[in-house]
Amino acid sequence: MDKKIYIDPLFRKNPVTVLVLGICSSLAVTVKVEPALVMALSVTIVTGFANLIMSLLRNTIPNRIRIIVQLVVVAMLVILVDQILKAYSYEVSKQLSVFVGLIITNCIIMGRIEAFALGNKPFPSLIDGLANGAGYGMILVIISVLRELFGSGTIYGFQIIPLSWYAKNGGFYYNNGLMILPPMALILIGLFIWVQRSFDKDLQEK
Amino acid sequence: MDTNKNLYTIIYSTVLVVLVAVILAMAAYLLKDAQQRNISIETKQLVLRAVHLGEDATQLEADKAGYIEGEYAKYITDTTISEGGESLPLYICRIDSVQKYYIVPLHGAGLWGPIWGYIALKGDINTVYGAVFDHKGETPGLGAEIATPQFQAQFADKQIFDGDNFVSIGVIKGGAEKGNTHQVDAISGGTITSKALESMVKTCVGKYLEFFKSLKEDASQKLLLQSDSSAIASPITDSTAVSATAAEEVTSKK
Repeated sequence: MDKKIYIDPLFRKNPVTVLVLGICSSLAVTVKVEPALVMALSVTIVTGFANLIMSLLRNTIPNRIRIIVQLVVVAMLVILVDQILKAYSYEVSKQLSVFVGLIITNCIIMGRIEAFALGNKPFPSLIDGLANGAGYGMILVIISVLRELFGSGTIYGFQIIPLSWYAKNGGFYYNNGLMILPPMALILIGLFIWVQRSFDKDLQEK
Repeated sequence: MDTNKNLYTIIYSTVLVVLVAVILAMAAYLLKDAQQRNISIETKQLVLRAVHLGEDATQLEADKAGYIEGEYAKYITDTTISEGGESLPLYICRIDSVQKYYIVPLHGAGLWGPIWGYIALKGDINTVYGAVFDHKGETPGLGAEIATPQFQAQFADKQIFDGDNFVSIGVIKGGAEKGNTHQVDAISGGTITSKALESMVKTCVGKYLEFFKSLKEDASQKLLLQSDSSAIASPITDSTAVSATAAEEVTSKK
């Protein structure tokens, strides 16, 4: 199998920084690492299986209702993920609240089905879906680590910045309040895109 | 096979939708018990937090559910009282033989969706011991602030009765008067949620007034009979209530 299928979505064709898809959820769920990880995992599972199912069905789908069939399959997977989270990870499902439901509208999923799964065999499609989910998740986790560290002084709930540094305990340190707000996530993603483009000459517009 | 015929399209979509419906129905059925348990644990945790119990549960990731269930079983009894043909739920918390709290569940409509909570009254059925609120989808940073401990802490030691009159607790835009035991600060930018919360407390606690009146009468009779100190309104809590009213009079004279 072509190595590009699973390497490209992580870097050269990263869905967030290169294709600029799935931005709204990257802004919304990256305040803390835990919901970002769960979101990344959920999206990876959904893109993987949506790609697999659509690839299996690809020769039977009536072309006129193609998008509707995609939506039904993706919506089913998302509702399953939502139900499972509610049953086994209730706190996280409360934090993610509407965003789990909004995985349905995550452009990455529909984008990969249209661009890849409808024209490829099931196994490469599954890998492509998982890799794109992972590429999205990687960016989500990096951003959430930065935002949680500088916004709350913790990573995955563990205190990283010593409590004695804080101004309220007689130190010099304040958490950066802007980090908790969505605009900072957008700025961080912008910085990522900038760095990646300055290294990868192919991405630069002439 | 021609996949673009009308009949094929109709059959295909029907089969697909039925199949998906079956899968989702199965999932909902199989996961129902676990989901119900989570919801009941959350309710129990809220009830416990109203009486300042089980607050360290977040640190016990390992067996949080078991811990909450244990604490709840230890301290809380849920009963229903019937009033005016309506049956109303009431939670009673006994920490020891003297301390007894009445926890009233609250339900109301916020700005975007439902808001709810629990308010715990001390044995004198006047002073608030603690309150918790939660919401479905109030604006983060504005209305959603009702779910923060800072907002909820304001309710402690407020009083719902002014003498014999039920006045509830006002959520005051621009800040509560200093020393007023019937007011708390509203949330800046969350006026509609604040007002909704105020009316929620007023209507929900208001439904229990007759019941509280009968409790108080029972309590005063017991006091007259010089019965044991486990009476509902213990003399200790009465005296704190008196001193609080005295303090209020002092500030209002200023």
